Amino acid sequence: MRSIIPILTVVAALMAIWYAGAILMNSKWALDQAERAGVELSLSEIVTDTLAQERPVLPAPHQVVTELWQTTFEKNITSKRSLIFHGWITLSATLLGFIFGTGLGVLLAVGIVYSRAMDMSVMPWAIASQTIPILAIAPMLVVVMNTIGATDFLGKETSEALFGTQPAFMKGLLPKAVIAAYLSFFPVVVGMVKGLRAPDAMQLDLMRTYSASGAATFWKLRLPSSMPYFFTSLKIGIAASLVGAIVAELSASPIRGLGGRMLTGSYYGQTLQIWAALIGAAVLAAALVGLIGTLQRGTLRRMGMKP
Amino acid sequence: MSWVIGSLAFWAVMTWINFWLANSPLRGTRLVKLFVPAVFGITLLVVWEGLVRGLQVPNVILPPPTAIATQFASSLDILWVDFVQTFVKGALSGYIIGCGAAFLTAVMIDRSPFLQRGLLPVGNFIAALPIIGTAPILVMWFGFDWHSKAAVVVVMVFFPMLVNTVQGLAASDHMQRDLMRTYGASYPQTLLKLRLPAAMPFIFNGLKISTTLALIGAIVAEFFGSPIRGMGFRISTEVGRLSLDMVWAEITVAALAGSAFYGVVAMIEKGVTFWHPSQRS
Repeated sequence: MRSIIPILTVVAALMAIWYAGAILMNSKWALDQAERAGVELSLSEIVTDTLAQERPVLPAPHQVVTELWQTTFEKNITSKRSLIFHGWITLSATLLGFIFGTGLGVLLAVGIVYSRAMDMSVMPWAIASQTIPILAIAPMLVVVMNTIGATDFLGKETSEALFGTQPAFMKGLLPKAVIAAYLSFFPVVVGMVKGLRAPDAMQLDLMRTYSASGAATFWKLRLPSSMPYFFTSLKIGIAASLVGAIVAELSASPIRGLGGRMLTGSYYGQTLQIWAALIGAAVLAAALVGLIGTLQRGTLRRMGMKP
Repeated sequence: MSWVIGSLAFWAVMTWINFWLANSPLRGTRLVKLFVPAVFGITLLVVWEGLVRGLQVPNVILPPPTAIATQFASSLDILWVDFVQTFVKGALSGYIIGCGAAFLTAVMIDRSPFLQRGLLPVGNFIAALPIIGTAPILVMWFGFDWHSKAAVVVVMVFFPMLVNTVQGLAASDHMQRDLMRTYGASYPQTLLKLRLPAAMPFIFNGLKISTTLALIGAIVAEFFGSPIRGMGFRISTEVGRLSLDMVWAEITVAALAGSAFYGVVAMIEKGVTFWHPSQRS
């Protein structure tokens, strides 16, 4: 609690820098316009102009907030100009990928912990894969999956039979979800292997003196003691999944989602649109990580662990 | 068909060898520890080659490793130009500027607990955000050449590095700091002789995390616009031309550069923090 005032000070300082930057960086355009019109601008006129341009080099915070408000609450959520619409497209790909990536990651981690051969052959690669920019395969994966026709979550016919129409987010969902899964997979593997190995020799010996079966040791000792590691890697994993989904959207078609908003914004010089998408992505990331943090605190408290 | 059967048989044999080695008395030796993952990697490549040839997967979906290797060998000059543009100019300069700036910031705010209490949560929060999204903005500001890529890298590595350094500077314990005080050591002396050395494991942790971020930032920023060279540019254009062997060659370069970069930083860490328990075996 005593950190509130320092945090607010830092945030206020960042805002001040942001406003100063907006005035400085946008003033060139304002001055050019004034010169062309043949008028002299006073300092206050420059300031008001730089904070209200339509395509500023650096939009002022209040402009971004206005843009966010307009595209989130004042637009119909099925509209292609609504940030909720695009955010949901990104979120659905992130979540689907995250669930698959985490599930597979946990399974592989269990395999690694119980099979020495798997440990020795897979684990060095899993660790090495953390140092390479896996994200670079995103454009290729999107195009290859388009070529073989695996793009929609449920095919057009299936989803029309189920829901009447094909929900917008299902179109082109699969490549993004695969990349999101791929990015969350390795952090979860590495974290869970650490977690499942967290019980020390003493505790494992105790289980042996109880003559516990392998399954009992797993469910009653290894899995519970891996939980703190599990949640930590979930937090890393979901942030990575979101980044994966956004980057995949840069090459996916149709160009939609938060990544698509950034790309179209950069094509047409719509800086406000880019900033709104960026803040939207940040809010989404913070919400997802916060949600996992809450789950973590709740679970660990019920297990009697200190989070 | 013989390709498929052959590769599956190879896979079975190699898996059997790995299982046998991993459970044999030799498993503790250094050679086996290197041999087993190598066998696994080679098996993956052979099965990939065999299945792609046997099932006649078209090149535009998945090229076989031999085609990728041929492409790699025949376009070394292009790959080198891309490597210099993206890694040396974009990622490396951004990495040095970003990590340097974060380190200096951390040392500067070190004397102010107020700023630390404010900056640490904010920095932690920003480090978890998809900062890669600033790429289109920075490309607009700094142009298409490597300057904008370096700027993206600076923004990406700054906060993880800052948070790690601030944590590291707080890592020396009270007893040690009290000892420095009884020696009558000044603030710079304490910083140089006790707190910075004690912070090194944290600082190197930040540096290692940043290596991967730097490469990702430089490559993804090129998707938003770049001159006609660079790894990200090559990947996105060659994908468009469906010459996937070139894309895979470029990905190989990215993977090699990423692991080499990480490896170099890890080696320096080994030399600097030789006293830390994690480095003593």
